[in-house]
Amino acid sequence: MYGRLPIAKMLAATVALAAAISAVMLSINWDGQEASTAAPKIDDLLNVMIVLSSLVFSLVVVALFYALWKFKVKPGDESDGEPIHGNTRLEIAWTVIPTIIVLFGAGYSWSVLNSIEKLGKNPLTVDVFSQQYAWSFGYPGKGNVYVQGEMHVPLNRQIQFKMHAQDVIHSFWVPEWRIKKDNVPGITTTAIVTPDKLGTYQLICTELCGFGHASMRAKVVVETPADFQKWVGSLEEKVPAPLAESINQDTEANPTPINAGGA
Amino acid sequence: MTAAIKQPGWIRGALGAILGAAFGFALVVALRKASGLPAYQTEQTGYPQVVVPLITGPLGFLLGFGCFDYWLRWAAGMPTIPEDHSQHGATSWKDYFRFNTDHKVIGIQYICTTFFFFFVGGLLAMLIRAELARPGTQIVDAATFNSLFSTHAAIMIFLFVIPVFAGIANYVLPLMIGAPDMAFPRLNALSFWMLPLAGLMFVGSFLAPGGAFDAGWTGYAPLSTGAPLGQSFFNLGVQFAGASSIATALNFLVTIITMRAPGMTFWRMPLLVWANLSTSLLVVAATPFIAGVQFMVLFDRALHTNFFQFAGGGDVVSYQHIFWFYSHPAVYIMMLPGFGIISEVISTHARKPVFGYRLMALALIGIVVLSYSVWAHHMFVAGMFSWLRVPMMITTLLIAVPTGIKIFSWIGTLYFGKIHTYSTAMLFALAFIVTFTIGGISGVMLGMVPIDIHVSDTYFIVAHIHFVLFGGSVFTIFSGIYHWFPKITGRMYDEKLGRIHFWGTLFGTWVTFIPMHWIGMDGMPRRVADYATQFGDWNLLISCGAFILGAVQLVFLYNMIVSWRFGPKAVGNPWRANSIEWQVSSPPPIFNFPEIPRVVGGPYEYGVPGARHAIMPGESVEAPSAEPTVVGSA
Repeated sequence: MYGRLPIAKMLAATVALAAAISAVMLSINWDGQEASTAAPKIDDLLNVMIVLSSLVFSLVVVALFYALWKFKVKPGDESDGEPIHGNTRLEIAWTVIPTIIVLFGAGYSWSVLNSIEKLGKNPLTVDVFSQQYAWSFGYPGKGNVYVQGEMHVPLNRQIQFKMHAQDVIHSFWVPEWRIKKDNVPGITTTAIVTPDKLGTYQLICTELCGFGHASMRAKVVVETPADFQKWVGSLEEKVPAPLAESINQDTEANPTPINAGGA
Repeated sequence: MTAAIKQPGWIRGALGAILGAAFGFALVVALRKASGLPAYQTEQTGYPQVVVPLITGPLGFLLGFGCFDYWLRWAAGMPTIPEDHSQHGATSWKDYFRFNTDHKVIGIQYICTTFFFFFVGGLLAMLIRAELARPGTQIVDAATFNSLFSTHAAIMIFLFVIPVFAGIANYVLPLMIGAPDMAFPRLNALSFWMLPLAGLMFVGSFLAPGGAFDAGWTGYAPLSTGAPLGQSFFNLGVQFAGASSIATALNFLVTIITMRAPGMTFWRMPLLVWANLSTSLLVVAATPFIAGVQFMVLFDRALHTNFFQFAGGGDVVSYQHIFWFYSHPAVYIMMLPGFGIISEVISTHARKPVFGYRLMALALIGIVVLSYSVWAHHMFVAGMFSWLRVPMMITTLLIAVPTGIKIFSWIGTLYFGKIHTYSTAMLFALAFIVTFTIGGISGVMLGMVPIDIHVSDTYFIVAHIHFVLFGGSVFTIFSGIYHWFPKITGRMYDEKLGRIHFWGTLFGTWVTFIPMHWIGMDGMPRRVADYATQFGDWNLLISCGAFILGAVQLVFLYNMIVSWRFGPKAVGNPWRANSIEWQVSSPPPIFNFPEIPRVVGGPYEYGVPGARHAIMPGESVEAPSAEPTVVGSA
């Protein structure tokens, strides 16, 4: 009574369109340079999502445009369509299949999250201080030396950033590392990064913090451990007293025992 | 003159506003003097001599305007004025500018007011894009820029998207369920009149010392608790917009639950009614949270309480928890009514029953339930307890399932239909399916914690929310406005201008908001007046797209105004739709129906031989089919 739909052809068109979109989308490096061990993991997740999303998008587009082409009314036709109220099997399918897909995505994301936030042995701790509109850094393992506006870290060593905001919320983001974390007044927040490419990067504030927000940047230098030792050894200034005090005052964002799962 | 002062209306309203503001001002000055303090306090977060009149002035206006007259007489035990329906309906344009209890008048008041603010918010967006067209600062300084995007977002959210849906539903919903009006007409009128007050406060904050509020529409503490006076205007504006929203939602709930025409069971309600039922469930429970949290910020500012001041023992992150406990459901408050509109438009113009009607209704309820459990996905990098991220990620991703059901069912509705695309309403509905799918897909990506860590607070977010709120909500609003324009005005709009508006809007939306995804992933943070030169060309393109988008809205405005005045007269049911509002004249009679209609079947029985949705008063009853029609049978 209803006529049949060319399901096979529509699926083929969906897959072809999805393949074409995916091919274009995957050929572009959306997130820019990868410079930490977390970056490729996050980018892989993004790429998997690009392929899955292309499939969903293509399905919607093919199904929609086929309907518009096939079922567009002929001029002068005033009659109604077929009184189809639904199809239980189809409705179950488009409830269950997306559920499985998103649960897969959730599981995959969870595993990526755990792997990028796993704290290894002997990380280098760097204190990050943010205030309107400047960044500064302390090195507690290196005699508490202090530097403003420029941070150096060694290559291939896990860094644990302990962040302390002095006035309003700021956010720590190095796009090439793919890692971001808010600096919150009153609490210590943590980010974990293992830089794996030498170079100079930019630390960007991504939480609106006032009129100077757009220019609140700092230089990040990833260098060999030997160069890092030399640089950190050349620093003379110590962490100023008010900042040192904020380290002591701030409470941990994840007080024990519920800090399982990273910070 | 004395008569004018005694009568509710603008003169008494203006007097009430002045007296209210003067009372608030005098109270502050007197109390300060009595405490031995200087009369004025001009610390930037303080200004009690401005903040208190900002509360008492608007209340004085509402009192004077007549919003409380009936209730006050009744509460005071005075003889109430017998209802002579003098406040009901409109016979001249002047009736739209007074306290009016007719849901149709209130619907038009809402729609016109909110579209006025849509154009105000749009102008602010044009300024934002003009500044961002090139790197560096050209037009406004960084502080003003922060005010521009903060007021743009606040106006678009609180004065346009949320209330315009209330306006459309106000007009259409009582007609759709066969009710003579809303359950509480006076409360309905009060809800409307609180809205322009909120708008005035948002816009008026530009006049405050220190400029308009500039901590973003999110107003995160402690940036907001230490911000200049303009922030207090935001805190208070939200109270009026929020109270308006809550009262309207209560009104819708009671109307939908108790005032459906005989025979309209829950499973015979049009999906627009289901959508507003769901939305109202969200509003009544979630909106008090933003009202509360803005009061807490105001108290932190003016009374030095320490809710969010870390130095006094406050908790900074808790602001975000409370704020998003409202503001994530708010995203669905801004989307579900649109879902309802799309179901009506697609079913009517495809001449087909909505595919999987019951699952469509259940999906709405599913979204309501889930949307209360996803708020912290806005806070994956905010420094909250990290274990909370995973359950919030799972619920966030699961919400894609009911949303997907809706997308698939709309497409399913088209199959084996007779699709008419002559109406601009249908074009917007079809385009909505595609653009909203993109917004949904980027939403799923954002729901994944590792991706969110990278793109949070970048232009990717800006792209996502505009695809959802502009490509989603605003497209559904246009669809709804075009669809019900003949019913509301009694005139037809110009389809040719409608098409220009449609294609321009579609093109502008994609050119403006698609590249934002790319520059965000590549490293451009949001809410910046200046950016790295590498993003210059993309930003220029985005700004050009935005200007096209802005310009083409003028075509819409022209079409609406001219068609309302001079358009050809509309018949009662130009789209040959089934639901009850189309079975009365355009515009409908003053009390909607001479007699309440009787509902005998589902709302979307297109193509079902002999099926009827409702029997209108005066119609013969022999028409309904002998066989019972099964609604939404799968």
